[in-house]
Amino acid sequence: MKNRVKWYTIPYYIWIVLFVIAPVALIVYYSFFDIEGNFSLVNYQKFFTPVYMRMTLNSFWYAFLITFFSLLIAYPTAYFLTKTKHKQLWLLLIILPSWINLLLKAYAFLGIFGTYGTANELLKVIGIGKKQILFTDFSFLFVSVYIFIPFMILPIFNSLEKLNVSLLDASQDLGASAWVTFKRVIFPLTIDGVKSGCQAVFIPALSLFMITRLIAGNRVITLGTAIEQHFLITQDWGMGSTIAVFLIIIMIVIMILTGSKRREQK
Amino acid sequence: MKKLSGFAIVYLVLVFIILYAPIFYLIFYSFNSGGTMHHFEGFTLKWYKELFHDTRLFIIVLNTIIIALLSAAISTIIGVLGAISISMFQKKKWKNGVLSLNNVLIVSPDVIIGASFLIFFTIIGIKLGFASVLLSHIAFSIPIVVIMVLPKLQEMSANLMDAALDLGASWKEVLTKVILPYISPGIYAGFFMALTYSLDDFAVTFFVTGNGFTTLSVEIYSLARRGVSLNINALSAILFLFTLLLVVGYYFINRRTSKGANMGVNK
Repeated sequence: MKNRVKWYTIPYYIWIVLFVIAPVALIVYYSFFDIEGNFSLVNYQKFFTPVYMRMTLNSFWYAFLITFFSLLIAYPTAYFLTKTKHKQLWLLLIILPSWINLLLKAYAFLGIFGTYGTANELLKVIGIGKKQILFTDFSFLFVSVYIFIPFMILPIFNSLEKLNVSLLDASQDLGASAWVTFKRVIFPLTIDGVKSGCQAVFIPALSLFMITRLIAGNRVITLGTAIEQHFLITQDWGMGSTIAVFLIIIMIVIMILTGSKRREQK
Repeated sequence: MKKLSGFAIVYLVLVFIILYAPIFYLIFYSFNSGGTMHHFEGFTLKWYKELFHDTRLFIIVLNTIIIALLSAAISTIIGVLGAISISMFQKKKWKNGVLSLNNVLIVSPDVIIGASFLIFFTIIGIKLGFASVLLSHIAFSIPIVVIMVLPKLQEMSANLMDAALDLGASWKEVLTKVILPYISPGIYAGFFMALTYSLDDFAVTFFVTGNGFTTLSVEIYSLARRGVSLNINALSAILFLFTLLLVVGYYFINRRTSKGANMGVNK
């Protein structure tokens, strides 16, 4: 029987070799070639120059801010959601916008943040007056946070759902205030949800390129934008691969940092 | 449990408004005869009419749907078989090893998947276009199917299979009459996820598509880069309705099946 099982599953292992191992190997391989196709380490030298270092740090900083604000908004949302009556339905409604094509949402903000858009009208009413909103860091952060909020809410909501209610009662009976209960009981017990939420936001936030292009108008360059630029515009696949290699390394580090606790428990 | 405080309700309502405002903003201006996204002149359906007469766009929509259905179907078959194979590993080490390889494409950023597939297709000489896009979509959907199916397989008792084998069932019968019916909720979920991933994907497709072939996401991107055009708004209204139907339909199907499977044990 065993051999028959293996025969059925060959396509799956072909997939692993061709589409998981080979592409990563190719990225690493290409990172050692300069733009003329000669074997060299020049790409790695280039990566450690101030230009690329600043870009990497910038990218990190933006990803951090996006993750931070997403968490700040998502945690209370998830928390309050668990207390609503038809919580599964409400959760579905919160998640629903994330099914809408990301580009359409980004496009909507072209209108909202535009020179004559609703945001500017609002600013005029308040008395601040017209401002350039589109193509600024602010608009980039706002749109990114907007897009990532559902991805942060979902894991936090799930871990809040798993929380044992009697623990909260116990904490209250023992005289803890609501804030202390939250700080000492609820938050530590849902930290896994927070971690997987951060993971789900931080890594994509490092590598977004369509939002930077549409909303930030090339002002913000993330690692993702740089990779896209090297692959599709300047055709310098070697440099693009080098940045990709670093992105992969960063990704692995983040996975280890945010995933360690869950493995211990198993 | 305590009731929601006033603050909580206001907070939730605000989050809902912010999440939905851009979508309804788009839909609202799709009826604007003025042609811009900031000054509503009058009600019109001309953008929708234009949309329905746009044969190029019609072909793009068709492409997108064909790619989504094909890639979801193929990746579901490969993924289900892969999940069965993973669940049958005796050694934990192997199981976890394969599972980690499986998850690489789920956690990888789209840009890296796109870039590495672009290199891959160029090297083995697959022309960029329909084939490369389809292959990429299959490739990034497979691990999602595996992840959706595997829990169902793991909760299935091994005795069930042994019993079937003892009673004289062939492997094929075990697969089609025991395993597949048992894990079918996972298979549906996997297929649905693969479908939505494919419909939603922009970054990977953007990398591996050639000149002649476009999907809806890529088309929206190139239109949006040129600035506001209310055709996109009309398109987004239709897509929103479509998504709404898909998700709500899925929610009710899912609820019905999970109710049956839990037999009243509602968590």
